[in-house]
Amino acid sequence: MIALLKRDLALALRAGGGFGLGLAFFLIVVVLVPFGVGPEADVLTRIAPGILWVGALLAALLSLDRIFALDFEDGSLALLATSPLPLEAAGLVKATAHWITTGLPLTLAAPLFGFLLSMETTAYGYLLVSLLIGTPALSMIGTFGAALTVGLKRGGLLLSLLVLPLYVPTLIFGAEAVRRGAAGLDASAPLILQAGITAGCFAILPFATAAVLRINLR
Amino acid sequence: MLHVTNLGCARGGAAVLRDVSFDLRAGQALILRGPNGVGKTTLLRTLAGLQPALSGDVTMPEESAAYASHADGIKTALTVTENLRFWAEVYGLTFDAAILRRFDLADLRDRQGGTLSAGQKRRLGLARLAVIGRKILFLDEPTVSLDTGSVAMFARWLQDSHLAQGGIAVIATHIDLGIDAPALDLTPFKSAPGTGGGTDEAFL
Repeated sequence: MIALLKRDLALALRAGGGFGLGLAFFLIVVVLVPFGVGPEADVLTRIAPGILWVGALLAALLSLDRIFALDFEDGSLALLATSPLPLEAAGLVKATAHWITTGLPLTLAAPLFGFLLSMETTAYGYLLVSLLIGTPALSMIGTFGAALTVGLKRGGLLLSLLVLPLYVPTLIFGAEAVRRGAAGLDASAPLILQAGITAGCFAILPFATAAVLRINLR
Repeated sequence: MLHVTNLGCARGGAAVLRDVSFDLRAGQALILRGPNGVGKTTLLRTLAGLQPALSGDVTMPEESAAYASHADGIKTALTVTENLRFWAEVYGLTFDAAILRRFDLADLRDRQGGTLSAGQKRRLGLARLAVIGRKILFLDEPTVSLDTGSVAMFARWLQDSHLAQGGIAVIATHIDLGIDAPALDLTPFKSAPGTGGGTDEAFL
């Protein structure tokens, strides 16, 4: 498992791996919003939690179709399927690698981008925590979606259509936690619900991922 | 060590082969022959467990088989050594650099996979089989894009380091590898079109 994680991280960091793409996309979304809604600070402050969460979610979506597609094309997915590493573990590792290269940088950069949207200072901690809890679920759900569409040509759009509705609960609770934090309210309820979604995803989806991979490899 | 009895397999939901049976003991190899589309790849994929059998049984020791497909599974952004070390680690082994010499890859060890020629990639793909040290090999056209020297080198490795050590190999190939192994022509096992056309399971 560690070998696969190391390989995926090395591949993501090398030329053509797409590392940083999501982060750059996130930055552009955040920079574009004030152009669209106007520079009034009170409007931006109000919508900042929602914009930051939607931006992070779309940025995570951007690199999903690479999770299995490259391994499928060069044949290493079939070789992995016949190796001693269970496909369930491979799915878990793929999701983890995606989170480390996408979700984690987004989480760490988000407070900086919150500054660009003049977010409420009390909300920064909640933004960091809610993204830290929520983005692993985005990666795991996305890995499942990528496994579903792995054999398809131009599966990227279908992948987005499949995955985005599944992102809704995480988005709702994530943005709600930041909004409550900004308003100085207790945000533990949405954070706990979000943690539950993430834990549930990691408990169930590696098995679902392996099952659909086996079908797609036939 | 490898027993195949009345195996039937399907591709894309349609039955391709039926009643394939053979037995291989340690140290034996079997060459699969037959025209394009007869089901050599399908049989090998079924044996390797990538797709379910329609009927029949395959028995072999657990955790002993390895599969090599048309595609070599080489990561273009990783070097030759990194590619092989990855597979060694997946199989819980340590990578022995002597294998690089065996497959004439020593000079290429730090080259990125993407810069290799087709034949060099194939040699790297075959070197993976030596790295992972599995006893039963299912090889699908292992010599495609290899020059004659490399084919001889691979045949030598297969004979001396694999079969002589008690290994087994089932090889689909159109050329003469020059190893001592019986050939099995798959044409007589061809499933008549439209019969046994797969369960729902096979359709998935």
